Amino acid sequence: MFEKITKRKRVTYVTLFFLFLIFFISVSSDAHSKIYQTTPEFLTENFDTPQSKAESLWLTPELKKLTSEILGRPVRGMRARYYSEGEKTAWILEEIGKEKPITVGVVIGGKLEDFHIEHVKVLAFRESRGWEVRYPSFTNQYKNVKMTPNYKLDQYIDGITGATLSVRALNKIARLALFYHQQVLTLNL
Amino acid sequence: MFRTTIAGIVLLSVAFAVDAQPTLDEMYELIQKQQAEITNLKEGLAENTAKTESTFTAVEEYTTGPTAKLAEWASKTSMGGYGELHYNNHNSDNSTKSKNEFDLHRFVLFVGHEYNDKLRFFSEFEIEHSIAGEGKAGEVEVEQAYIEWDYTDGHRAKAGVFLIPVGILNETHEPPTFYGSERNPIEKNIIPSTWWEGGVMFSGELAEGLSYDAAAHSGLYINPSAGKYKIRDGRQKVGKAKGDDLAYTARLKYTGIPGLELATTFQHQADIWQNETSGGKDKVDAQMIEAHAAYKNGPFGLRALYAQWDIDDDIEVIKAGADEQEGWYIEPSFQVTEKLGVFARFNEYDNQASDSASKSEKEQFDIGFNYWIHESVVLKFDYFDQDNDSGTEYTGYNMAVGWSF
Repeated sequence: MFEKITKRKRVTYVTLFFLFLIFFISVSSDAHSKIYQTTPEFLTENFDTPQSKAESLWLTPELKKLTSEILGRPVRGMRARYYSEGEKTAWILEEIGKEKPITVGVVIGGKLEDFHIEHVKVLAFRESRGWEVRYPSFTNQYKNVKMTPNYKLDQYIDGITGATLSVRALNKIARLALFYHQQVLTLNL
Repeated sequence: MFRTTIAGIVLLSVAFAVDAQPTLDEMYELIQKQQAEITNLKEGLAENTAKTESTFTAVEEYTTGPTAKLAEWASKTSMGGYGELHYNNHNSDNSTKSKNEFDLHRFVLFVGHEYNDKLRFFSEFEIEHSIAGEGKAGEVEVEQAYIEWDYTDGHRAKAGVFLIPVGILNETHEPPTFYGSERNPIEKNIIPSTWWEGGVMFSGELAEGLSYDAAAHSGLYINPSAGKYKIRDGRQKVGKAKGDDLAYTARLKYTGIPGLELATTFQHQADIWQNETSGGKDKVDAQMIEAHAAYKNGPFGLRALYAQWDIDDDIEVIKAGADEQEGWYIEPSFQVTEKLGVFARFNEYDNQASDSASKSEKEQFDIGFNYWIHESVVLKFDYFDQDNDSGTEYTGYNMAVGWSF
């Protein structure tokens, strides 16, 4: 291949190579992990009062069974942690997209007869595909979404081609947060 | 009398007081009992300390010992895959195309490993048509094997064997993600999916919803000596691939509106004959342009794609009209229920598009449904009817079960 390249082309290729190397080195950085917002920052954004301590929703066998149905997989852990302020709860949940967990903050508001999603935010995304789900243009679809009697979302969420698994993960998290909020309200009656 | 009474009271008081105090013997016995209790408590404490120490040791071994190291490695290593079994019942005037067969068309395994947050390995290993070997129908292929490095926020580089960033199906083709048992004829024959090469690729986000890919990689080799001219015949699959001439691919993709994907890919290769000659001709360059839209809104879906190859006229010494190879399709779909979706597709393609006399244009109409038993498991049925300019009829139906995990 190199024998047939003219001298001019060789100079061009070498120049382009070094320009590219310079560009590459200049933009390379100690790339920080893909954390877009920490939990304390998320809570500060969504609550009026400072949130220092998480509360616990204990997962009884009955709750675990329903949680497993929502997630489509067995559930480990003894409790779900959450933060609350009045009728509002916030949940920091993780679900695997294709290979890695996506960390999502979900705020649910409203009374038992009318609770709905107020805010969804991707706090950390660890995969190289499907990252479009972290943008507000996607997560804003979850605003005001409620839960149906069979624990599904009552509105259709438009997906992203090539990010099917990430979209599925966020849908499961949204459903789970709504379900947990319902359980918290029921227990507090 | 009074003095006697007082004396009597004092004596009685002393007697009572003497009775309330334990005797020395009683005190000694009490001390003995307390000592015995202390001894028991000390023994119990020693036992609990030993148990606690055992627990600590067990926890330490679990969190830092060989099992923990294995668990840590396993948490960084992932496995996945997909597969599809087809039944094809095809009838054609061209007998070589008629078939009535079962085929495990693809069995694919993904293995990936994450070295750290920024560096990972990914691979895709595939067996096609179940059995590979001399005289067998199948093939064993490595479709992907690359290192991916997030060298800066929002941008990454790949080196190795990777899928070319083009089309709708070339990168995402797990069975539950598309309609139709077989992949559409446009992406198969014109793009040509599944298409992978070896090289380097840079990808990243330019703005919200706007991403790019730019790659330099091994190119196609359409062997003129063997009379080959169709683009699909040029896939070398990075198996001792001729590297006399590289190819360069760039893509822009927009996914800023939920449910919508718009993308365009351009590729250039200076010589798809890889330094060979035929009929006194050489240096056959080729350019490809591809554009597509995929949209899903509620239950309605729509996919449309156009791809065109513009190849040096010299290829016409092999086949007239092969300097232009193009195709397009449009595919509306409707999700009847969460589990059932129906689709129709119109396809048109031509591998000798610049020569109308070749009667090589093909039009195909597909219609069918997908039934998702689970979001990752699908049953498919589709009927197709292909009309060819040459007059050859080609119709049939396909059934499939497909899965991914």
